[in-house]
Amino acid sequence: MSSTLSKIEKRTAYTLLLPAVCLVFAIILFPIFANVWISFKEVELKDIRIPEPRAKKIVKNIQDSNSELKIIYKLRNSSLIQDIGEVRFSDKLPKNIDPVNLDQRCEFKSQKVKCFFGDWEAGYRENFEIFVKDVNNDAINSKDIKSSKPDLSGKSNNILLTTDFTFKNFKNVFINNNFVELLMTTFYFTFFGTLGAILLGIFAAQLVNQKFYGRTFMRSILLFPYVGPVVALAYTWTLLLDPNSGTINSLLVNYGVIEKPINLLGQKYLIINILGFELKLRLALTTVIFFEIWRYFPLAFLFILARLQAIPKDLYEAADVDGAGPFRKFFYITLPQITAILSILFMIRFIWNFNKFEDIFLLTGGASGTLTLPISVYQQGFAVSNIGMGSAVSIVIVLLLISFMIIYFKLIGKKANEI
Amino acid sequence: MKFKSLIITLLASSIFLTIIICIWKILATLQGLSFTNLNFNLNLLLSLGLVITCVFIGKKFNHNLKIFILSLLFTILYTFLNENSPMWFSVGIFLLILFFTNKLKKYDLKYLNQDFISEKIVFEFLSLFAIVFFALVILFPFYIMFVTSFKTQTALLINPIDLSIDFSKNIFEIFKSYFVIFKTYDFGRYILTSTYVSIGTVLITLLFAIPAAYAVARLNFFGKTFLSTSILIIYMFPAIVLVIPLYTVFSQLGLRNSVEGLLIVYTSTTLPVAIYMLQGYFKSIPKEIEEAGLIDGQNWFGIIIKIIIPLSLPAIASVSLYVFMIAWNEFLFSLMFLDNPKTFTLSRAINHLTGDAETPRQYLMAGSVVVTLPILLIFIYFEKYLVSGLTAGSVKG
Repeated sequence: MSSTLSKIEKRTAYTLLLPAVCLVFAIILFPIFANVWISFKEVELKDIRIPEPRAKKIVKNIQDSNSELKIIYKLRNSSLIQDIGEVRFSDKLPKNIDPVNLDQRCEFKSQKVKCFFGDWEAGYRENFEIFVKDVNNDAINSKDIKSSKPDLSGKSNNILLTTDFTFKNFKNVFINNNFVELLMTTFYFTFFGTLGAILLGIFAAQLVNQKFYGRTFMRSILLFPYVGPVVALAYTWTLLLDPNSGTINSLLVNYGVIEKPINLLGQKYLIINILGFELKLRLALTTVIFFEIWRYFPLAFLFILARLQAIPKDLYEAADVDGAGPFRKFFYITLPQITAILSILFMIRFIWNFNKFEDIFLLTGGASGTLTLPISVYQQGFAVSNIGMGSAVSIVIVLLLISFMIIYFKLIGKKANEI
Repeated sequence: MKFKSLIITLLASSIFLTIIICIWKILATLQGLSFTNLNFNLNLLLSLGLVITCVFIGKKFNHNLKIFILSLLFTILYTFLNENSPMWFSVGIFLLILFFTNKLKKYDLKYLNQDFISEKIVFEFLSLFAIVFFALVILFPFYIMFVTSFKTQTALLINPIDLSIDFSKNIFEIFKSYFVIFKTYDFGRYILTSTYVSIGTVLITLLFAIPAAYAVARLNFFGKTFLSTSILIIYMFPAIVLVIPLYTVFSQLGLRNSVEGLLIVYTSTTLPVAIYMLQGYFKSIPKEIEEAGLIDGQNWFGIIIKIIIPLSLPAIASVSLYVFMIAWNEFLFSLMFLDNPKTFTLSRAINHLTGDAETPRQYLMAGSVVVTLPILLIFIYFEKYLVSGLTAGSVKG
């Protein structure tokens, strides 16, 4: 009895899960595996469209005779790049209507015209004509002829489905494309973006955890940068930082802080002289990192605030009795209480910042030294239109991601469940 | 009397006041006042004088009378020593000083004599400064976005830091950018598309996620633990690694440039987190209620519809708002999949506007306001639900 019940339970569970699992499999897991396949192929953006043989049917009357008609098929290869092989054609004729003087490539069997056109090169076009005649010399209704649609088939190479593979893409990724710099930029961006967001998050959480007038208002506006659409915010910042008439540059020039406007998003290096040492600062990258911090510290803030509010009040009361000041309270009570959440936050945010695409893309498009791995996927795949290369970079991202996840679960997976 | 805490109070508070005055001055510059010098040192000295007077007078007079007279006095002094400025600017300075002297209320010589007071004082002014800092850093871009949309191209070119709105023009002139983006750039259609896609994503996600979450939360089946851990791992995979295969497959299936294609992708990328959030809530519902339903002869469909959904409305609201926000703000897939202006979402449309370097910036900002305002209003109105959604889902983003 109980075994049938559990069987029913199992079946119900699978029925309930099936739609969601199928969808996730089709849209998330399948592409990840498809990436592996594509990354070993030489595919360009223009190769994606599969060439098809196409025909447009036109029926024309012939003068002086309504028992005869001309059918014109405008044949073409839909692709301008790829050939189609072994094109076959078939169309049905109504009863009692036969073709006259049929083309050599065709034959007529059981009211069907079947043709074999052979190979069509790229951009092939032909006007193919058939004359038809009613067997009993009756008038032909041209609508009957129009009602059937020609059926065409051909062998075209869907470049994605062939089995010739190459290591060229990976070779290009690792050797020709300054891979080390790409990786360094990505890590620089990810590390400082994450660190900055968490530090600012700690400050903000510590602030909102106090009582002051307008605290709830403060709490809401602190989340604005994250809630707002990235497109609008990125363009607003681009305009703010614009060297020609951006508000921030104009203000700085107006108050004499700087002499000339600085192109914060378009200048790769800023050379700073400190005590005779020349320091090269990655300017555009730093600006992008600051935007990143600005936009994502609210998340760190939210997490840390939730943890701060769970710290027992008597810890602080005891510290008050001992005469500890606010700074000492922070370093000796608050900080030890939030280290666990900070480490989890750091790992998770690190993984997400590592994959960040929109922010950099909208601010600089990967120019002036801000090219990170995700931007490189886009550039290779869609700007250079080399889909295979783009996929190869994606694979690099996935591999790095998997190793981060393994580290994450090894280090703090258990801790995460406790909290 | 502790000399050290007195010095610290004087320095911390006067620096704070000076910075606030500087910020006010910069904001006034954006309203068209032509200041070119912050006068930081002079104002610091003035502030120092104010704080010293304030602390030494202490509680000898009526507090309100004291701060009113002091503020008035120092505002006049300030206006006299700085550049010419209109009345509203001085009123602002007066209010700032009033607020500041009110904060100084408890600081008299006696108060400064306590133990461990200096650290507390620094902390207090640091907090005040942090409030101003965070408010400014966050709201400034939104403010700029908003006011720029009311300017004209020529006015922006002549003086890029004058962002004041000219109220002497008639209302059509002021709102011209908005009329233009709706009329010429067809933003009405994009708003509809974005709304349709976002709401559609929410509905389909709920339709798929509620049964799946129920199964994960309640039923026993082979592979359950595997499934619940893989939900989170799948969730960690970013959109950028999915883009190329989806692009190729969608091109070959003719799903690009269609809203349906976007709906499918948005739904499946938000499904894992929706299932994760919902199953956590479903587990907290007492099992006895469902058992009562079973005895009444309900099947699982009846249980989900009649028991689970009504009991977990708050969680469903959180998930819906979170998914709505993700779909409304999404950019990468709409950039990849939509080329035809007829199928653009708002985000894609704004990106398209910037593709033409000639597009005046006030139109761009008006478009940004149009895409930002709805989501911010929804956030403010449903803050409670959205925040709990964000906290649960904020591993992503």
